[in-house]
Amino acid sequence: MKNDNLYKYILGIADNSLILGQRLGELCGHGPSLETDIACTNLSLDLLGQVRSYYQYAAKIAGDGRSEDDIAMLRKERDYLNVLLVEQPNTDFAYCMGRQFLFDVYHFMFLNELQKSTDFTLSAIAIKSIKEVSYHQRFSSDWIKRLGDGTEESHLKMQTAIDDLWTYTDELFHQTDADKAMVTEGIGVDITKLKSAYYQKVSDILEEATLKVPESKYFQKGGKQGIHTEHMGFLLAELQYMQRAYPNMEW
Amino acid sequence: MVTEKQHIANELIPILEQVSDPEIPVLSIMDMGVVRTAVIENNIVKVQITPTYSGCPAMDVIGDDIKAALKEAGYDSEVELILSPAWTTDWITPRGRKALEDYGIAAPLNAEADIDVLLHGKRLVKCPQCGSTNTRLVSQFGSTACKAQFQCDDCQEPFDYFKCLK
Repeated sequence: MKNDNLYKYILGIADNSLILGQRLGELCGHGPSLETDIACTNLSLDLLGQVRSYYQYAAKIAGDGRSEDDIAMLRKERDYLNVLLVEQPNTDFAYCMGRQFLFDVYHFMFLNELQKSTDFTLSAIAIKSIKEVSYHQRFSSDWIKRLGDGTEESHLKMQTAIDDLWTYTDELFHQTDADKAMVTEGIGVDITKLKSAYYQKVSDILEEATLKVPESKYFQKGGKQGIHTEHMGFLLAELQYMQRAYPNMEW
Repeated sequence: MVTEKQHIANELIPILEQVSDPEIPVLSIMDMGVVRTAVIENNIVKVQITPTYSGCPAMDVIGDDIKAALKEAGYDSEVELILSPAWTTDWITPRGRKALEDYGIAAPLNAEADIDVLLHGKRLVKCPQCGSTNTRLVSQFGSTACKAQFQCDDCQEPFDYFKCLK
C-alpha cells in the first residue's frame, strides 16, 4: 500500500479508542451506580464517535474497497495495534478507573500535539476530540482521588489496580516504524517527548490521591505489534459477533 | 476551506429551521449551530453539518431529516459531515438558548464558569424550573453526551445542564 505508514499510524490511534470504548461499553447496565454507568457509556460513546472519523479516513487511505466497518470489525487479533493497557478487563471499578486514568492522561497529551499535525484530517479530529477527552480526564482523575483518598477498602483497591496496570504504561511511549515515519513527515506526534510529562502528571494525581507511585521498572509490551494479552481474543469475540453473524451491518 | 462563519442561502433558512435535533425536539438545527453551509449548486443543495460531540448518534438522523425536508421543498440534496472547525456551544443562538431553558435544560455558561461548576462545586447553574442558582452537580455525564446532571436544592427538581464546549 502506498500510504502504508499513514494507514498503520491511523489504526494505532483508532484501535486504542475502539478497544477502550468496547471495554467501557461492557459496563452498560453493570456500572456500580446509575451515574457512573451512564458516565462510562458516555465515555465509550465519545471514543467510538472519534474512531469512526479515524476509520473512515483509514478506509480512504487504504482505498481497497473496505469500509470503516470492515476495518473496525473484521481484522484478526494480530492486526489490531492498540496498546495492552486498554484491553485489560473490567476487574472491578478501581481497575476501570485506573485504566481510564492512565490512558486519559496520555490521550489528552497526545491529542494536544496531534492538533498541530500537518495532516488536515488528523488535526481536525484531534481538535474535535480533545474537548471531549478533557472531560474524560477530569472524570477519571476525580475517581482516582475519591477512591484513593476514600476508605481503607477503596484505597487498597485503587492501589492494587494502579500497581497491576502500571506495567502497561511504558508501552504508550514506544515508537513503531509507522510512528517514526509520520514524525519525520510532520504528521505524527513524537510520543517519546511526552513521557516525562506523563509520569509527572500521573504521579502528581496519585500523590494527591494518597496513593503510592509504583516503582517497578518491569514493563509489558507487544500490543503495538499485534501481540496481545490473553484478554484480547475474548474482547474481539464480543466486538465482532454482530458483524460476523450478520455481515455488512452498518454503524 | 470552511470558515467559522456560516454560509447559508437565504431561501434555505426557513426549510432548515423546520429540522430539529431528535433528542431535543424544541431546538432547530439552525439554532443549535450545526449547519455550517447550505448552498444551491446546479439544482442540488449541498449541506455541511458538524457534530456537537463526535459520538452524537443524532447526526445520522439529522442528515436524513435535512434531506427529507429539502425533498419536500423540491430540492435534491447532499449532506456532508465536517469536523473542522469544531462545534462550540457559542454557536447556539440566543433563541436556541431560550428554547433549551423553556424545555427544561439549563443553557451552557462560559468555559471558566463550567470548570468552577463541574469541578469545584460552585453554584452558578440556574434551575430551569424555578430559576434558583441553589443547584448542584449530580454527575458530569447526563442523558446524552452533551449534558450533565444537576439537581435544584430549592425546588428539588433534577434537570439537565448543557455542558459548555469550546
